[in-house]
Amino acid sequence: MRGRARLLLVMVAGATALFAGCGRDTSSLVEETASGQVTPAYGDTFVEATIGDISGLIPNLTSDGASHEVGNMIYDGLVKADKDLNYVSAMAESWQFSADCLELTWRLRRDVKWHDGRPFTADDVMFTYQVMINPKTPTAYKEDFLAVKHAEVLDPYTFRVTYAKPLAKAIQSWSMWILPKHLLERYVADGKLKESPENSRPVGTGAYRFQEWKSGEKVVLVSNNDYYEGRPYLGRIVYRVIPNQGTIFLELKAKGVDLASLTAIQYARQTEYPAFRKAYRKHRYPSSAYTYFGFNLKDPRFADRRVRQAFAHAINKQELIEGVLMGLAREATGPIRPGTWAYTDKVARYDYNPEKAKALLAQVGWKDNGDGILRDKDGKPFSFTIRTNQGNEERKKVAEIIQQRLGAIGVQTEIQVIEWASFIKEFIKKKRFEAIVLGWGVGTDPDQYGVWHSSQQGPDQLNTVGYANLEVDRLLEDGRASCHQQERVKYYHRFQEVLAEDQPLVFLYFRDALPVVSSRVYGIHPAPSGIFYNFDHWYVPKQLQRYTSG
Amino acid sequence: MLLFALRRLLLAIPLLIGITFVSFIVIHLAPGEPIPGAEEDISRQLPKEVVEKIRELYGLDKPLYVQYWNWLSRVARLDFGKSFQPDGRPVLTKISERLPVTLFLNVVELIIIVALAVPIGVLSATRQYSMFDKVTTLFVFVGFATPDFWLALLLMILFGVQLGWLPISGLRSLNWEYLSFWKQQWDFLSHLVLPIAVATFGGLAGLSRYMRQSMLETVRQDYVQTARAKGLSEQAVIAKHALRNALLPVVTVLGLSLPGLIGGSVIIESIFAIPGMGQLMVQGVFARDYPLIMGNLVIVATLTLFANLFADIVYGLVDPRIRLGGRRRRR
Repeated sequence: MRGRARLLLVMVAGATALFAGCGRDTSSLVEETASGQVTPAYGDTFVEATIGDISGLIPNLTSDGASHEVGNMIYDGLVKADKDLNYVSAMAESWQFSADCLELTWRLRRDVKWHDGRPFTADDVMFTYQVMINPKTPTAYKEDFLAVKHAEVLDPYTFRVTYAKPLAKAIQSWSMWILPKHLLERYVADGKLKESPENSRPVGTGAYRFQEWKSGEKVVLVSNNDYYEGRPYLGRIVYRVIPNQGTIFLELKAKGVDLASLTAIQYARQTEYPAFRKAYRKHRYPSSAYTYFGFNLKDPRFADRRVRQAFAHAINKQELIEGVLMGLAREATGPIRPGTWAYTDKVARYDYNPEKAKALLAQVGWKDNGDGILRDKDGKPFSFTIRTNQGNEERKKVAEIIQQRLGAIGVQTEIQVIEWASFIKEFIKKKRFEAIVLGWGVGTDPDQYGVWHSSQQGPDQLNTVGYANLEVDRLLEDGRASCHQQERVKYYHRFQEVLAEDQPLVFLYFRDALPVVSSRVYGIHPAPSGIFYNFDHWYVPKQLQRYTSG
Repeated sequence: MLLFALRRLLLAIPLLIGITFVSFIVIHLAPGEPIPGAEEDISRQLPKEVVEKIRELYGLDKPLYVQYWNWLSRVARLDFGKSFQPDGRPVLTKISERLPVTLFLNVVELIIIVALAVPIGVLSATRQYSMFDKVTTLFVFVGFATPDFWLALLLMILFGVQLGWLPISGLRSLNWEYLSFWKQQWDFLSHLVLPIAVATFGGLAGLSRYMRQSMLETVRQDYVQTARAKGLSEQAVIAKHALRNALLPVVTVLGLSLPGLIGGSVIIESIFAIPGMGQLMVQGVFARDYPLIMGNLVIVATLTLFANLFADIVYGLVDPRIRLGGRRRRR
């Protein structure tokens, strides 16, 4: 009864709106009904703008964001990240570690079906494992699977892996998209997975089925009505490839797309007018990438941590965030993603304090003899080049602001912006740099062995700044070798404390992700992990549906 | 004439091989590799052995001349290979998906440009320094100087967002499949209006100025004077005697713009979200997708050579002075 009355009210409100001359704008009436309960409904098409085309439809082989997003809809893993970035079961019913953390046994759900109707079993999991470790599979996600010593199918719904040594990321690694054995098996042995028909017509177990990919134009998915977690509400998803941020923004204004990521300036300045606020909901949460100001620690001038601490004091992080990103970022205190279980902010902080910076540098021997330039005892000025990659305005601005702040304490710097591939090849890998402005994307797991362990300093490895600290080495080893979160927390908290003290990099900020979603879409509940974790529960109330879903 | 064409055709083969050789070396000299994984993301890194394995898989571990030879011998059999990108589809398939759109857009643009530029050029030349001449000169130079992307955005804001008359981007509406046949055509056309308008406006200046210049030179020739002297109407003088001759250099310019027809404009394609050749090529370059880049280059190079040859032949056919030039000199 009450539902009926409300619906009527909506329709009346809709009619008024029409007469008032803003007929297209149905969202104005959402506000009135939003206070009460809106009934979820199936259907409608959800249009998402993506700046890059997908590169393939077997996500295990791709490494770009768009392909992963589409892949996540079509394929599922054994586990998935929940709203708080903890791993919970997806196609697995449960899992169990042996006491020594070496044996991991998975129990799989029995009600999962591939999009072609075939049942999903442990053989598919085994197959995916074999695909991942096959030397002929060009995938960037091999490492965690190569750590498996032995894998076996115990029965159709039980799968067990044995690790040579404990691997903390073991659970997370099984969020890998599981591939259908019955369709792909014959392509894997010859390394022809990419050429299989499923790479253009994928079959998965996920919430959405593949319908169409028009290269450079769009990808269309339709809801999987037999999805084991229940039929998703939104009937159709269209990913429209729009390679220009300005065009995406205009399409948003014209309501041509329902979801897009904004730039900081669009978010802060260009969308604060009533019509936009009515048509879209803006969201904001920390992304999983941070920007840093790093040094070549093999350079004797940067070897003393007081120098790095001085730089941390000389840079005003708040000013950077305001100036470069309109305040849409969070100060980074270390390399762990805020909001995850391993994160702590109880570490040494460096407030903006040029005097303290100068004092610290003076302790090391850099003194100002009255001309405003810091010199060592031989009179050589403290000057170096800050390098960053081309095509990233944000980093260039960061470098410029840092240049100015360092100039204020008497450190002279030059900025050099270099094309990405040459930058990596000529400067980073050969360690021919003094200071850099760059970023790291971090996963949900806190393990960052590759970046911080002293053994990882080779030309093709990730510890590019050359950081070596025995305590950190030990913490990283212990941290990745335990499968008990309570134990790992201790290691990673201590790890962050040491890094904050050492400042091997000046951690600047975690940029915010800034998606906007059409306000006709309901069921979005922002959480530390963002908004997308419950996409299959998003819906458009019947009266607000804009498209008929095919 | 036939012998001339045949000789040029044969000469084109070593030239084409030379072009591919130089391009092959150059794109391999550029740093970067078609290896999966993002350099900047800790969670997506490949162990060294795996990188080597993938290099081996793609044949990138062999010396460059061996790689080139392998590539050339495959292309000789018209096998352009498969894309290095994760979709792994044949290069020719990828190109053939994108080519029609770009070709269609560019041909339409070219036709409109010619249809507008020739009259504009002729009229400004015959009425040199008139109001019409001054206004069109201003207009085409504004078009020449206006940045494509800026004009595109302005038009999109006006016609797409404010007035809502035209779609902003893409080639088809999302409900295209559900429209009737004629509505589909209309939908497609309405998506083309803005990109074609922007490209035409930018391209008009060059050709119309060329036409004007060539016409100005022609009307001062003795034979035009003669035509006037024998009492022909001004219209006949211009249309029959002057225009034909004035068009000759314009034909050459047009011939040279033929290869550009399949290149595609990266700016227009990306701002209007049109899935054409320009974008395909850019994506290929960023991904260091060597087979795709090379496939694209071979097609563009072949077309350029053919267009040059074609322009020469047509020029010879149209202009007797060129065809008979050699003979006259001997006399």
